Amino acid sequence: MSEAFSPLSAALSLVFSGDQALGEIVLLSLKVSLTAVFIASIIALPIGATLAIYRFPGHGIIVAVLNSLMGLPPVVLGLIVYLLLSRAGPLGQYGLLFTPEAMIIAQTFLVLPIIAALSRQTLADLHGQYQEQFRSYRLGAVSSILTLLWEGRFSLVTAILAGFGRASAEVGAVMIVGGNINHVTRLMTTTIAMETSKGDFSLALGLGIVLVFIIVMVNMLAALIQGLERRA
Amino acid sequence: MSQKGPGNKPALAVVSSTTSGSALDVPPILPLTLQNIDYEVEGQRYLKDINLEIQDCPATVILGPNGAGKTLLLRICHGLLQSTRGRMQWHNEKIARLPSSQAMVFQRPVMFRRSVRQNIDYALKVCKVPSTERQQRLNAAMESAGLSHLANRPARKLSGGEQQRLALARAWAFRPQVMFLDEPAAHLDPGATRQIEDMIKQIQLSGTRIVIVTHDLGQARRIAQRVVFMYRGRVLENRSAEHFFQSPDTKEARAFVAGELLW
Repeated sequence: MSEAFSPLSAALSLVFSGDQALGEIVLLSLKVSLTAVFIASIIALPIGATLAIYRFPGHGIIVAVLNSLMGLPPVVLGLIVYLLLSRAGPLGQYGLLFTPEAMIIAQTFLVLPIIAALSRQTLADLHGQYQEQFRSYRLGAVSSILTLLWEGRFSLVTAILAGFGRASAEVGAVMIVGGNINHVTRLMTTTIAMETSKGDFSLALGLGIVLVFIIVMVNMLAALIQGLERRA
Repeated sequence: MSQKGPGNKPALAVVSSTTSGSALDVPPILPLTLQNIDYEVEGQRYLKDINLEIQDCPATVILGPNGAGKTLLLRICHGLLQSTRGRMQWHNEKIARLPSSQAMVFQRPVMFRRSVRQNIDYALKVCKVPSTERQQRLNAAMESAGLSHLANRPARKLSGGEQQRLALARAWAFRPQVMFLDEPAAHLDPGATRQIEDMIKQIQLSGTRIVIVTHDLGQARRIAQRVVFMYRGRVLENRSAEHFFQSPDTKEARAFVAGELLW
């Protein structure tokens, strides 16, 4: 009994004493995931909007591919990014492997299909409602996309939060391309995996508590935003 | 300016004084000429050889029973749909292509997920109304719809009648030369319908030409200067309202005006 509780109390004291090692890992994790989600959103939202508005040859295939990429296993993605960034790979010259940037790249590709597919669905529904009004205003492509993005703002933030949840919780991709190097590429998830295998549970549990807290917060934020949407 | 219509005075602000710097100052885009217009989907012909001139007159009513093709014709006139065959020509094509010269209000109003004020402001921006005039146009539009007190209310929280008034005000705000209305009061109760018709009269007074689709004879009588009568995808009559209601040429129109079921 006490053996199960001692790592928990140690973990709690780590969290609430503001342990430096723990803080460093949490901050790096947030930085990597937030940056990845930011970059992915900038690319994915226009893709989602374009797919929502326009029909062209291959449209159905692209949407199907995007939808299936939502479930891409992080380890497979990690492997692909690893091969791209490794010394012998096409992007090897930039020396990005085992850096935070490599982890950002991997997570960007991980969440990009999620945000693009979810936003496409939302924006396609909206476009159905606004299509004729846009045509009546003789709206061009860019204005149509910008208007749709604004009209769908609440659902889109929810889609972005879903991407952030996925990025911050995954371990496979960042472990492979980051290498879990102390003070350089050690994230919450990779540290939990390593500390657990070492049998050192207090840091692992402490990070687990923080991670779950962040995920809960993200979901509460999403619920809050959905509440706002109902009032707009 | 004298009130038209059967003596019912609009409860709305008179808006005709605020038409400066509008699309109404530029050369007229009407008449609109349609020649041999056909509209077909998968072999089914919905509009059949339409030859029609929509004249430069305050209010043209496209009248006919359900399924006559009225809404289709309106959508083709406004450029939302492309006819399968035939030719369509505005008197001034170049100006007719500007977003600010034509507007359309749909049967179910399209509301943006923004406040009343922002809905109108959006239309003004899209139609490139200069920012110096925007504020004044905005206030005039909200006043014309009787929505000034709801300026910051989310548009989608308004009642059906209020939404349709907002849609009209939003379309009128950029002073189009021609406004197409697709049964704007079809889903509304008599009181809300009356408010919409009052607004339509105000819009006419400001110089905007109205082309309205309806199957409601009473509404057609109250609004029309000219009537285009449609039946089963064809235009059977296009004449002044007075002549149309007194002595329709075709037996279909006579039956419709007499209130006999016809479809």
